[in-house]
Amino acid sequence: MSIFLYLVEHDRGRIDETALGGMTGARLLADSLDAELHAVVIGAGAASVAGGLDAYGAERIHLVRHDLLIDYGPDAWAESLVQLAGTSGAGAVIATGSDRGNEVMAQVGARTDLAMVANCLEIEPDGNDWLMTRVRWGGSLRERARLSAPVKLVTLAPHSTEAAAAGEPAAGTVAEFTPELDGSDTVTMVVDRVTVSEGITLATAPVVVSGGRGVGSAEAFDIIEELADLLGGAVGCSRVVTNNGWKNHKFQVGQTGTVVAPDLYIACGISGAIQHWVGMMNAKNVLAINIDRDAPMVTKADWAVIADLHQVVPAISAEITRRRTLAAESG
Amino acid sequence: MRILVCVKRVPAPGAKIVLTPDAQDIDSTLLGFTISPHEECAVEEAVRIVEREGGSATVMTLGPPEAEEQLRSAVSVGATSVVLLPSDIPDWDPVSTSRALVAAIARLEEEQGEQFDLVLFGNESADSGGYQVGIRVARTLGRPMVTGIKGIDTEGDSIAARRETPSGWEVYRLPLPAVVGVKEGINLPRYPTLKGRMAARRAPVETMEPAASSSGQSKVMLMTPPDAGSAVEILGEGPESAAAIVDIMESLGLV
Repeated sequence: MSIFLYLVEHDRGRIDETALGGMTGARLLADSLDAELHAVVIGAGAASVAGGLDAYGAERIHLVRHDLLIDYGPDAWAESLVQLAGTSGAGAVIATGSDRGNEVMAQVGARTDLAMVANCLEIEPDGNDWLMTRVRWGGSLRERARLSAPVKLVTLAPHSTEAAAAGEPAAGTVAEFTPELDGSDTVTMVVDRVTVSEGITLATAPVVVSGGRGVGSAEAFDIIEELADLLGGAVGCSRVVTNNGWKNHKFQVGQTGTVVAPDLYIACGISGAIQHWVGMMNAKNVLAINIDRDAPMVTKADWAVIADLHQVVPAISAEITRRRTLAAESG
Repeated sequence: MRILVCVKRVPAPGAKIVLTPDAQDIDSTLLGFTISPHEECAVEEAVRIVEREGGSATVMTLGPPEAEEQLRSAVSVGATSVVLLPSDIPDWDPVSTSRALVAAIARLEEEQGEQFDLVLFGNESADSGGYQVGIRVARTLGRPMVTGIKGIDTEGDSIAARRETPSGWEVYRLPLPAVVGVKEGINLPRYPTLKGRMAARRAPVETMEPAASSSGQSKVMLMTPPDAGSAVEILGEGPESAAAIVDIMESLGLV
């Protein structure tokens, strides 16, 4: 039986939010190809991540330990994976297509001179090859690709499979693996961290109030910020806004910024170019405020107000405040 | 510092992507072209470092002969020299691309008798999004590489590179020569000046023929994703819509 290795991404023992969804995708793939799924957890904090992976279908959990594996580093992680894949005779190595997942798997591909196919949505066998659908243009286009290689290296598009435990837990046998590493593998390791904020992050906020070209200036973002504060949400913006210097790039939603999936996305003065749309298309509900009824954001939204955001946004804030005051007085 | 930036010519799509009838490419007849966004910032970063410390900022691309347009636009914002690897093959897979780039870099470094201290790539290309060409090039050249970088500080013969995380930054320190994958947001690229545009028109473009190869990955066809098909409900045409909007927010449990 072929063995598929799945790299479980974590940061010093804290599992990545996309890791279990990716593992679920890897398990479904392994099941469909009659392969055995093994989880791989690398470095410091690995043991605290390993517990529970049996529920997600790991027949074996490889704890990769080495004195040099003190933090994340693409070379050290990739070298460990390559050695483990060789020792275990793996037929595929899989990760989630996060920043780190793609980086490590590209390093695995570079070390083995094997092809690596990033951000796959669906995979099916075709003889010894795999045929896959993968993401292009951040999700606004898809590619049918063929992978022909003795060991398949792929990443799965983040959030393409929802995390779900296996019907029956797998054996989950824990096995330690110590790779051979030296100083050359740790050149690219994280050496320091700087914490800027621990508050609501754009990527995980339940509401995102986002402004585009229609906001008109850096100062006019005050009304966007006020509404976001009232809703306990995060402020977002389109690429035009960061290119004009109205907002720092960390607020940008889209293909080259942050990908968000809030309960409600409020797009104020955003026309909805494809590069922006792919950054928020997974929002559960979309409200567009725009003067142009034909803007793509308006036609794709759940609700729209065809009006000037400079009037509508403060009116929403005022209405929320009015109702809260009433509720407080009557309560 | 001697810096090389590798860029890619990509279409600048608007609100909808249309495919060619054979589904092998984007129909670009009505589209302009641009340097892939992360790479535009990589060019700007190289120019800023050279303005600060001296040296050179070379920009190279593998693409159709028309990619000369993107190289000239790099000159207009400060690139000191440009190199074109022209190819009529529309879609190079990541392994073949990296092999061709490695061969060109080796030749440039041999011609000039010096290594590039820093090679910059975009984090991923806007169109094919393979997330790997820079890493394969770095590995073959035997130089360290980190990706997702939104801050570079030069420190003598090493650099500190910062990657943004949800709560702040991760810092890496690489000895030179090194390779870095840059993300948009590392800087705000400048617009070309009139002088820059003049320089771009006159700039010599060095060309080298890239050697095509193949790998285990091949494109079969492109597809547009299924349309979500939302039926939008118009709530109103002025600030009086606020009540209806807050009703919806209440029904979603957000107020």
